[in-house]
Amino acid sequence: MAIERFPVEAGHIMLFARSVGDANQIYYDADYAETTEPGAVIAPPTFVQASAQFDPEYFLRPKPGEDWFGSGAEPTGVQRAESSGGGGGGTGLHAEQHYEYHRPLKAGDVLHATTRPGKTWEREGRRAGKLTFSESITEYFDENDELVVTARSVGVRTERVVEQD
Amino acid sequence: MALKASELHVGDSHEEEIVRNLSRTQIVQYAGASGDYNPLHTDEIFTTKVGGYPTIFAHGMLSMGMTSKMLTNYVGDGRLTKYGVRFVSQVWPGDSLTATATVEAVREEGGEHYVDLAIATKNQAGKDVVQGSATARIDA
Repeated sequence: MAIERFPVEAGHIMLFARSVGDANQIYYDADYAETTEPGAVIAPPTFVQASAQFDPEYFLRPKPGEDWFGSGAEPTGVQRAESSGGGGGGTGLHAEQHYEYHRPLKAGDVLHATTRPGKTWEREGRRAGKLTFSESITEYFDENDELVVTARSVGVRTERVVEQD
Repeated sequence: MALKASELHVGDSHEEEIVRNLSRTQIVQYAGASGDYNPLHTDEIFTTKVGGYPTIFAHGMLSMGMTSKMLTNYVGDGRLTKYGVRFVSQVWPGDSLTATATVEAVREEGGEHYVDLAIATKNQAGKDVVQGSATARIDA
Protein backbone atom coordinates (compact mmCIF):
# COMPACT_ATOMS: atom_id res chain seq x y z
CA MET A 1 0.00 0.00 0.00
CA ALA A 2 1.19 3.49 -0.71
CA ILE A 3 -0.24 6.93 -0.11
CA GLU A 4 0.86 9.20 -2.88
CA ARG A 5 -0.17 12.52 -1.39
CA PHE A 6 -1.08 13.28 2.23
CA PRO A 7 -1.42 17.05 2.65
CA VAL A 8 -1.19 18.00 6.34
CA GLU A 9 -3.87 20.68 6.52
CA ALA A 10 -4.57 23.09 9.40
CA GLY A 11 -8.32 22.45 9.29
CA HIS A 12 -7.78 18.70 9.45
CA ILE A 13 -5.40 19.13 12.41
CA MET A 14 -8.11 21.16 14.18
CA LEU A 15 -10.75 18.47 13.61
CA PHE A 16 -8.38 15.74 14.72
CA ALA A 17 -7.31 17.62 17.89
CA ARG A 18 -10.97 18.20 18.76
CA SER A 19 -11.76 14.51 18.30
CA VAL A 20 -9.17 13.48 20.90
CA GLY A 21 -10.27 16.30 23.20
CA ASP A 22 -6.96 18.16 23.02
CA ALA A 23 -7.46 21.90 23.62
CA ASN A 24 -3.79 22.86 23.10
CA GLN A 25 -3.94 26.07 21.03
CA ILE A 26 -0.92 25.02 18.97
CA TYR A 27 -3.38 22.86 17.01
CA TYR A 28 -5.91 25.66 16.44
CA ASP A 29 -4.32 29.09 16.38
CA ALA A 30 -1.55 29.97 13.92
CA ASP A 31 -0.76 33.26 15.72
CA TYR A 32 -0.32 31.48 19.03
CA ALA A 33 1.65 28.67 17.35
CA GLU A 34 4.15 31.23 16.04
CA THR A 35 5.08 32.08 19.63
CA THR A 36 5.84 28.44 20.54
CA GLU A 37 9.08 26.50 20.14
CA PRO A 38 7.96 24.69 16.95
CA GLY A 39 6.91 28.12 15.61
CA ALA A 40 3.94 26.82 13.60
CA VAL A 41 0.78 24.76 13.84
CA ILE A 42 1.98 21.19 14.32
CA ALA A 43 0.09 17.91 14.18
CA PRO A 44 -0.78 15.91 17.32
CA PRO A 45 1.40 12.80 17.87
CA THR A 46 -1.07 10.29 16.39
CA PHE A 47 -2.21 12.47 13.46
CA VAL A 48 -0.58 10.40 10.70
CA GLN A 49 -3.24 7.76 11.38
CA ALA A 50 -5.57 10.14 9.52
CA SER A 51 -3.57 9.48 6.33
CA ALA A 52 -6.29 6.83 5.80
CA GLN A 53 -8.36 9.76 4.46
CA PHE A 54 -5.90 10.04 1.57
CA ASP A 55 -5.70 6.34 0.76
CA PRO A 56 -8.20 5.90 -2.11
CA GLU A 57 -8.51 2.16 -1.41
CA TYR A 58 -8.85 2.36 2.40
CA PHE A 59 -11.20 -0.53 3.24
CA LEU A 60 -12.73 0.98 6.39
CA ARG A 61 -14.48 3.77 4.47
CA PRO A 62 -17.78 3.30 2.61
CA LYS A 63 -17.43 4.00 -1.11
CA PRO A 64 -20.16 5.06 -3.53
CA GLY A 65 -21.68 2.14 -5.42
CA GLU A 66 -20.04 -0.51 -3.23
CA ASP A 67 -21.64 -2.68 -0.56
CA TRP A 68 -20.68 -1.67 2.97
CA PHE A 69 -20.39 -4.21 5.76
CA GLY A 70 -22.02 -1.95 8.37
CA SER A 71 -25.79 -1.87 8.92
CA GLY A 72 -28.42 -0.41 6.60
CA ALA A 73 -31.67 -2.21 5.91
CA GLU A 74 -30.01 -5.27 7.49
CA PRO A 75 -27.43 -5.50 10.32
CA THR A 76 -24.75 -5.93 7.66
CA GLY A 77 -24.75 -4.87 4.04
CA VAL A 78 -22.69 -7.83 2.82
CA GLN A 79 -23.48 -11.53 2.79
CA ARG A 80 -20.52 -12.49 4.91
CA ALA A 81 -18.71 -9.75 6.74
CA GLU A 82 -15.20 -10.94 6.16
CA SER A 83 -13.07 -7.83 6.55
CA SER A 84 -12.54 -6.21 9.91
CA GLY A 85 -16.02 -6.73 11.18
CA GLY A 86 -16.23 -10.31 12.23
CA GLY A 87 -18.89 -12.64 10.96
CA GLY A 88 -17.21 -15.87 12.02
CA GLY A 89 -17.18 -14.59 15.56
CA GLY A 90 -13.59 -13.43 15.36
CA THR A 91 -12.59 -9.82 14.94
CA GLY A 92 -9.69 -7.85 13.51
CA LEU A 93 -8.40 -5.50 16.19
CA HIS A 94 -5.55 -3.08 16.61
CA ALA A 95 -3.06 -4.56 19.10
CA GLU A 96 -0.15 -2.11 19.13
CA GLN A 97 0.94 1.15 17.57
CA HIS A 98 4.42 2.67 17.70
CA TYR A 99 5.74 5.93 16.28
CA GLU A 100 9.19 7.39 15.80
CA TYR A 101 9.24 11.12 15.15
CA HIS A 102 12.15 12.41 13.11
CA ARG A 103 10.87 16.00 13.24
CA PRO A 104 7.55 17.68 14.20
CA LEU A 105 4.91 17.41 11.50
CA LYS A 106 3.66 20.89 10.50
CA ALA A 107 0.56 22.23 8.80
CA GLY A 108 1.56 22.71 5.17
CA ASP A 109 3.72 19.61 4.96
CA VAL A 110 2.79 17.34 2.07
CA LEU A 111 3.73 13.76 2.82
CA HIS A 112 3.83 10.53 0.94
CA ALA A 113 4.01 7.13 2.55
CA THR A 114 4.89 3.55 1.82
CA THR A 115 3.85 0.53 3.85
CA ARG A 116 5.57 -2.84 4.03
CA PRO A 117 4.62 -5.94 6.01
CA GLY A 118 6.68 -6.85 9.07
CA LYS A 119 6.64 -9.98 11.21
CA THR A 120 3.67 -12.26 11.87
CA TRP A 121 3.24 -14.52 14.89
CA GLU A 122 0.60 -16.47 16.80
CA ARG A 123 -0.27 -17.15 20.38
CA GLU A 124 -3.11 -18.61 22.38
CA GLY A 125 -5.18 -15.87 24.02
CA ARG A 126 -7.06 -16.13 27.32
CA ARG A 127 -10.20 -14.31 26.20
CA ALA A 128 -10.43 -14.72 22.41
CA GLY A 129 -8.90 -18.06 21.38
CA LYS A 130 -5.99 -18.22 18.93
CA LEU A 131 -4.53 -14.79 18.17
CA THR A 132 -2.75 -14.09 14.91
CA PHE A 133 -0.60 -10.96 14.98
CA SER A 134 0.76 -9.15 11.95
CA GLU A 135 2.95 -6.11 11.77
CA SER A 136 3.10 -3.38 9.16
CA ILE A 137 5.58 -0.55 8.89
CA THR A 138 4.67 2.76 7.28
CA GLU A 139 7.24 5.45 6.54
CA TYR A 140 6.05 9.02 5.96
CA PHE A 141 8.31 11.25 3.88
CA ASP A 142 8.08 14.98 3.18
CA GLU A 143 8.40 16.77 -0.16
CA ASN A 144 12.20 16.59 0.08
CA ASP A 145 11.96 12.82 0.62
CA GLU A 146 13.13 13.26 4.20
CA LEU A 147 11.70 10.71 6.63
CA VAL A 148 9.33 12.50 9.05
CA VAL A 149 7.51 9.71 10.91
CA THR A 150 7.96 5.95 11.08
CA ALA A 151 4.86 4.06 12.18
CA ARG A 152 4.73 0.40 13.19
CA SER A 153 1.28 -1.08 13.58
CA VAL A 154 0.40 -4.51 14.96
CA GLY A 155 -2.98 -5.97 14.11
CA VAL A 156 -4.49 -9.05 15.69
CA ARG A 157 -7.11 -11.36 14.32
CA THR A 158 -8.97 -13.18 17.07
CA GLU A 159 -10.52 -16.63 16.75
CA ARG A 160 -13.69 -15.45 18.51
CA VAL A 161 -15.19 -12.33 20.02
CA VAL A 162 -13.14 -11.03 22.96
CA GLU A 163 -14.78 -12.22 26.20
CA GLN A 164 -15.66 -9.46 28.62
CA ASP A 165 -14.55 -9.77 32.27
CA MET B 1 7.52 24.53 28.72
CA ALA B 2 10.15 21.87 28.18
CA LEU B 3 11.32 19.55 30.93
CA LYS B 4 14.84 19.92 32.30
CA ALA B 5 17.19 16.97 32.81
CA SER B 6 18.56 18.66 35.95
CA GLU B 7 15.11 18.70 37.54
CA LEU B 8 13.83 15.23 36.59
CA HIS B 9 14.18 12.08 38.66
CA VAL B 10 13.43 8.43 37.98
CA GLY B 11 9.99 7.73 39.42
CA ASP B 12 8.63 11.26 38.85
CA SER B 13 5.19 11.10 37.29
CA HIS B 14 2.55 13.20 35.61
CA GLU B 15 -1.12 12.22 35.56
CA GLU B 16 -4.19 13.65 33.79
CA GLU B 17 -7.80 12.66 33.40
CA ILE B 18 -8.04 12.46 29.60
CA VAL B 19 -11.76 11.78 29.25
CA ARG B 20 -14.74 11.59 31.57
CA ASN B 21 -17.83 9.61 30.56
CA LEU B 22 -16.67 8.94 26.98
CA SER B 23 -19.55 9.64 24.63
CA ARG B 24 -20.54 7.71 21.54
CA THR B 25 -20.53 11.06 19.81
CA GLN B 26 -16.82 11.59 20.56
CA ILE B 27 -16.12 8.17 19.07
CA VAL B 28 -18.05 9.26 15.95
CA GLN B 29 -16.00 12.48 15.94
CA TYR B 30 -12.79 10.45 15.97
CA ALA B 31 -14.06 8.19 13.18
CA GLY B 32 -14.72 11.28 11.04
CA ALA B 33 -11.39 12.98 11.75
CA SER B 34 -9.22 9.87 11.43
CA GLY B 35 -11.09 8.30 8.53
CA ASP B 36 -11.46 4.94 10.32
CA TYR B 37 -15.15 4.17 9.78
CA ASN B 38 -15.02 0.59 11.03
CA PRO B 39 -18.68 0.03 12.09
CA LEU B 40 -17.48 -1.68 15.29
CA HIS B 41 -16.87 1.85 16.58
CA THR B 42 -20.01 3.64 15.46
CA ASP B 43 -22.70 1.19 14.34
CA GLU B 44 -24.57 -0.31 17.31
CA ILE B 45 -26.70 -2.66 15.20
CA PHE B 46 -23.75 -4.12 13.31
CA THR B 47 -21.59 -4.38 16.43
CA THR B 48 -24.18 -6.17 18.56
CA LYS B 49 -25.89 -8.33 15.91
CA VAL B 50 -22.98 -9.20 13.63
CA GLY B 51 -19.90 -8.40 15.73
CA GLY B 52 -21.22 -10.06 18.88
CA TYR B 53 -20.08 -7.28 21.22
CA PRO B 54 -22.31 -5.73 23.94
CA THR B 55 -22.07 -2.28 22.32
CA ILE B 56 -19.75 -0.23 20.13
CA PHE B 57 -16.27 0.50 21.50
CA ALA B 58 -13.61 3.16 21.00
CA HIS B 59 -10.87 2.95 18.39
CA GLY B 60 -7.61 1.95 20.08
CA MET B 61 -6.17 4.99 18.30
CA LEU B 62 -8.67 7.25 20.10
CA SER B 63 -7.30 6.01 23.44
CA MET B 64 -3.75 6.50 22.15
CA GLY B 65 -4.64 9.98 20.87
CA MET B 66 -6.25 11.02 24.14
CA THR B 67 -3.25 9.61 26.04
CA SER B 68 -0.92 11.68 23.87
CA LYS B 69 -2.39 14.96 25.12
CA MET B 70 -1.24 14.05 28.65
CA LEU B 71 2.18 13.33 27.15
CA THR B 72 2.55 16.55 25.15
CA ASN B 73 1.18 18.60 28.06
CA TYR B 74 4.03 17.09 30.12
CA VAL B 75 7.01 17.09 27.72
CA GLY B 76 6.06 20.10 25.59
CA ASP B 77 5.14 20.58 21.94
CA GLY B 78 7.29 18.96 19.27
CA ARG B 79 9.52 17.20 21.81
CA LEU B 80 8.46 13.57 21.41
CA THR B 81 10.90 11.32 19.57
CA LYS B 82 9.13 8.01 20.25
CA TYR B 83 5.68 6.98 21.40
CA GLY B 84 4.33 3.45 21.36
CA VAL B 85 1.48 1.60 23.03
CA ARG B 86 -0.26 -1.74 23.35
CA PHE B 87 -4.04 -1.78 23.51
CA VAL B 88 -4.63 -4.09 26.47
CA SER B 89 -8.37 -3.65 27.08
CA GLN B 90 -11.26 -2.26 25.11
CA VAL B 91 -12.59 1.22 25.95
CA TRP B 92 -16.38 1.57 26.09
CA PRO B 93 -18.83 4.47 25.99
CA GLY B 94 -19.16 5.86 29.52
CA ASP B 95 -15.55 5.10 30.46
CA SER B 96 -13.45 7.69 32.25
CA LEU B 97 -9.73 7.40 31.61
CA THR B 98 -6.67 8.62 33.49
CA ALA B 99 -3.27 8.61 31.80
CA THR B 100 0.07 8.58 33.62
CA ALA B 101 3.65 9.04 32.46
CA THR B 102 6.40 7.87 34.82
CA VAL B 103 10.09 8.74 34.37
CA GLU B 104 12.14 5.59 33.76
CA ALA B 105 15.44 7.18 32.70
CA VAL B 106 17.02 10.57 32.13
CA ARG B 107 19.94 10.29 29.74
CA GLU B 108 22.27 12.07 27.36
CA GLU B 109 22.95 10.92 23.82
CA GLY B 110 24.95 12.77 21.18
CA GLY B 111 24.93 15.96 23.24
CA GLU B 112 21.12 15.93 23.61
CA HIS B 113 19.15 15.13 26.74
CA TYR B 114 16.26 12.69 26.72
CA VAL B 115 13.69 11.31 29.12
CA ASP B 116 12.27 7.79 28.77
CA LEU B 117 8.75 7.41 30.11
CA ALA B 118 6.47 4.48 30.93
CA ILE B 119 2.87 5.18 29.95
CA ALA B 120 -0.28 3.67 31.44
CA THR B 121 -3.90 4.67 30.93
CA LYS B 122 -6.49 3.25 33.29
CA ASN B 123 -10.27 3.19 33.22
CA GLN B 124 -12.57 4.09 36.11
CA ALA B 125 -12.23 0.54 37.47
CA GLY B 126 -8.45 0.94 37.71
CA LYS B 127 -7.81 -1.47 34.84
CA ASP B 128 -5.10 -0.63 32.30
CA VAL B 129 -6.50 -0.02 28.82
CA VAL B 130 -3.27 1.28 27.25
CA GLN B 131 0.32 0.51 28.23
CA GLY B 132 3.35 1.90 26.50
CA SER B 133 6.44 4.02 26.48
CA ALA B 134 7.68 7.30 25.10
CA THR B 135 10.90 9.24 24.71
CA ALA B 136 11.18 13.02 24.58
CA ARG B 137 13.99 15.47 24.02
CA ILE B 138 14.44 17.66 27.09
CA ASP B 139 16.55 20.64 28.10
CA ALA B 140 19.78 20.25 30.07
